Amino acid sequence: MLTIRVIPCLDVKDGRVVKGVNFVDLVDAGDPVEQAKVYDAAGADELCFLDITASHENRDTIFDVVARTAESCFMPLTVGGGVRKVEDIRKLLLAGADKVSINTAAVKNPDFVRAAARKFGSQCITVAVDAKQVAADRFEVFTHGGRVATGLDAVAWSRRMAGYGAGEILLTSMDRDGTKSGFDLPLTRAIADAVPVPVIASGGVGTLDHLADGVIEGHASAVLAASIFHFGIYSIAEAKAAMAARGLPMREGR
Amino acid sequence: MGVTAIIDYGSGNLRSAAKAFERAAAETGAVTEIRVTDDPTVVAGADRVVLPGVGAFADCRAGLDAVGGMREALFRRVDEDGVPFLGICVGMQLMADAGHEHVVTEGFGWIPGVVERIEPAPEADGRPRKVPHMGWNTLILNAPPHPVLAGINDGDHAYFVHSYALRPARTEHRLAQVDYGGPITAIVGRDNMIGTQFHPEKSQATGLRLLANFLSWTP
Repeated sequence: MLTIRVIPCLDVKDGRVVKGVNFVDLVDAGDPVEQAKVYDAAGADELCFLDITASHENRDTIFDVVARTAESCFMPLTVGGGVRKVEDIRKLLLAGADKVSINTAAVKNPDFVRAAARKFGSQCITVAVDAKQVAADRFEVFTHGGRVATGLDAVAWSRRMAGYGAGEILLTSMDRDGTKSGFDLPLTRAIADAVPVPVIASGGVGTLDHLADGVIEGHASAVLAASIFHFGIYSIAEAKAAMAARGLPMREGR
Repeated sequence: MGVTAIIDYGSGNLRSAAKAFERAAAETGAVTEIRVTDDPTVVAGADRVVLPGVGAFADCRAGLDAVGGMREALFRRVDEDGVPFLGICVGMQLMADAGHEHVVTEGFGWIPGVVERIEPAPEADGRPRKVPHMGWNTLILNAPPHPVLAGINDGDHAYFVHSYALRPARTEHRLAQVDYGGPITAIVGRDNMIGTQFHPEKSQATGLRLLANFLSWTP
């Protein structure tokens, strides 16, 4: 039986781990490779690095982080942030990433997703969708950490990206991110029910029950969280035990 | 010292595979040089051959054929000389007669059968099951026990990410499957050849066990 994935996410800037609250107030908190080893040993089902390095000259730091992680962690790794060209994807895959997550570049040039999926296979192309509620039942896609509205309907956009070959949608509620008030379940469910590919729910996890809610009520295939794991509030094992207690199929670590 | 050749033909995540093999060799004391190579002469002299692969079947096939002399070296060493072979993911799918991803592409013909898009039955509540099949699924092993699977048990988890799967024509070639709205081939093998749809290099302890077993396998 396929199990539900629990995915800790590390925000990485200039080769160091940070975690934003609503994408501001960043707190530097360590070496990503050391964190990755901890999550690997703790039985995380996948690991996600989100590279938020802004300066051009430090853009290559993520390749070193990925390469060093792949030397010691034998678990699936997704890397997002700044993935703009086919060459970016190739370099990340060669460094040891299994999947790349495309966000802004997909909005700017949707055909990039099609080309990437054709070149590397859908299985390694995740499209990250950052969505905000803009009306009673309308969610819009935003870029640049939630600052730039795109005018795109999040459900239609997700469906289109899946059609272009995205193997997975990483869905983040920009309204909930950093709030610890739980996933945006109507948003998650609307998109999970609209696309044929798996959806990772992200943004807003504050309690262990929120994780199971994302799957049971939001219909997500996987859940991603950063701060509750990173700051040691809950362990991966506690998260899995809580989700198993709600009747979800979970993998025990290692 | 023997050489385990991991064939580099421009497909994907060779570093992970190489590092996982190095770890597996170190943990079990296997004496072999893990060598990522695009040199057919290395493959022609290797003691073990590993073919990874991610992406589309046709692209992998074209990528392999684009490395001059590689296909010939692979066939000679594996099919004729009979050294142990491990195919991973699309590297496993290439063992089939043909792949039906986007276009029909000829495979190696080592495992009779074709690679087709998975069409899982719906979830219990009627929702369509997601494709790709992505994540950790529980292995169901078929008799008889295979030396490369020693110490791996029914119910152990392995990491899958794929939309197409190999359907072997002969059931004895299917060494393991998983259930995802129906059976999906997880491991195929015959004689000196074995292939995994899942990624042993990403499957933590279970995967490292399989790689270590492969390094000591004498078919």
